[in-house]
Amino acid sequence: MRDIVTPNDAAIHLDHVSKVFGKPGSSGAYRAVDNINLDVRPGQMLAILGKTGCGKSTIFNMIAGLTEPTTGTVRVDGRDPFADFDSFRGKMAIVFQSDRLLPWRTAIQNVELGLEMLDTPLAERRAVAQHWLTKLGLGGHENDYPHALSGGMRQRVSIARAFATNANILLCDEPFSALDESTAGRLRAEFVRLVKENGKTAVFITHSISEALEIGDRIVVLKRPAMIAYDVSFDTATDQQQRELIRSRIGEVLAA
Amino acid sequence: MSEAMPQAATPSLADNVLGMAKRLGMSVLPFAVVILLWQFASLFFPRFLFPSLIDVFWRCIDIFSTGSMFADVLATVFRILAGLAGAFIIGGLLALLMVRSRAIDRFLSPILSLFQGIPALSWVVFAIIWFHGVEFRIFFIMVMTTLPSFTFQVLGALRAMSRDLMEMVFSFRPTRMKLFRVMIAPAILPDILTAWKVNLGNASRVVVVAELVGATGGVGYELLQQQQLFDMAGALAWTLQLVFFVLIVQGILTLIENTAFRYRAVSERVI
Repeated sequence: MRDIVTPNDAAIHLDHVSKVFGKPGSSGAYRAVDNINLDVRPGQMLAILGKTGCGKSTIFNMIAGLTEPTTGTVRVDGRDPFADFDSFRGKMAIVFQSDRLLPWRTAIQNVELGLEMLDTPLAERRAVAQHWLTKLGLGGHENDYPHALSGGMRQRVSIARAFATNANILLCDEPFSALDESTAGRLRAEFVRLVKENGKTAVFITHSISEALEIGDRIVVLKRPAMIAYDVSFDTATDQQQRELIRSRIGEVLAA
Repeated sequence: MSEAMPQAATPSLADNVLGMAKRLGMSVLPFAVVILLWQFASLFFPRFLFPSLIDVFWRCIDIFSTGSMFADVLATVFRILAGLAGAFIIGGLLALLMVRSRAIDRFLSPILSLFQGIPALSWVVFAIIWFHGVEFRIFFIMVMTTLPSFTFQVLGALRAMSRDLMEMVFSFRPTRMKLFRVMIAPAILPDILTAWKVNLGNASRVVVVAELVGATGGVGYELLQQQQLFDMAGALAWTLQLVFFVLIVQGILTLIENTAFRYRAVSERVI
């Protein structure tokens, strides 16, 4: 069930990537990621699963171009996301763990943010933002400031913001972990539908096995310091029995 | 997928009017008490100590309606605003440099702290010794006395910006200009307005000292004239010109705050 993706086909390619915080070799140095190799094919929904502090977010930040690897190579669409940071404008969107809405902007202005960076004309970006807000059930709340919205609504605004730029690559860092299970479940289902419908490549960080199984068509389990301990792919043909086997295997890996 | 948010009860028109009247009354009350106490004192003390506020009022009208005297007020206002603007621009640039480079921060911080310890009157003396032009002297004094405070306040605001929000905006790969417009400027605006409010009061005090010693016009110069004439009503009237100016600018800054920060949630429980 292991997915074989060659580096040339990969939308995201990590080659012997390590990240050390602090001065390498010094007593205070901390190795967050250790020699990871990972290829994600276009259109794949990869769930990265691991316990808190296993380096998931560091990998996420390196793919996003927000952190530079200490050694190894990260490539997204064949380019270095850290060195060629600006070239990814409009090509990559992120949904963070917390909604990270700008408090001085209304819901619709927050959704327009990415489009503003792309110099999209006001009328067009307003129409796009309106479309995504409506699609995510926030019609009528366009002019509300974040403080007037509930946690679930705010997270939906942040999802709308990510989809509005029509970026090919979506990076999600535990976006539903701060929500109650019922809201998280609804948003998760909506999110999967939108990703599939729009043919995005998505990397989804989570610490929940159920969430990983629900969202991903591939799951990578990390052990501290971030090393791949288990890598499994599945699709709609994977039956419930096989899924339960995957779940119990992941449980064993995490417990080991 | 829509979720209903609880709506607060809308206050009636009568409640609004009553609330406004109460707020107005509360803000006028302290001034009314001071005015009454002064007027009461004027009944028992000689005119050169506690003149009647009616005299002061007519002196104020005289200043407003006499071109040459009002020009003195405007000169002082211009000096305050020019000094504050200069200090804000220089302080803002220094703060940006300090936030970008730890070495610059380590170099400039002690110097600015040193400047903060120098009394305004010392800067007046230095300016008189160093420079010839009256306007430049006053501009220099205003900038040097408010620069450290502006720099530290802008620096603090830049450092206090949310790292999470910054990362989120960075994830959209903004240009420097757009980063400044969508993130930095709105994030530091509250602290900038506070810095202006604080420095406005300081500047209005310093400008009087600067004009008192080194100018041939302006409110400070006129105050010196009143002192030499032992004219308390005149001294009070000229002082009130500065007070009016500070109150007007504070009012404008508050108006900007109320408009720019309407996004803020208001808690029903106060500190």
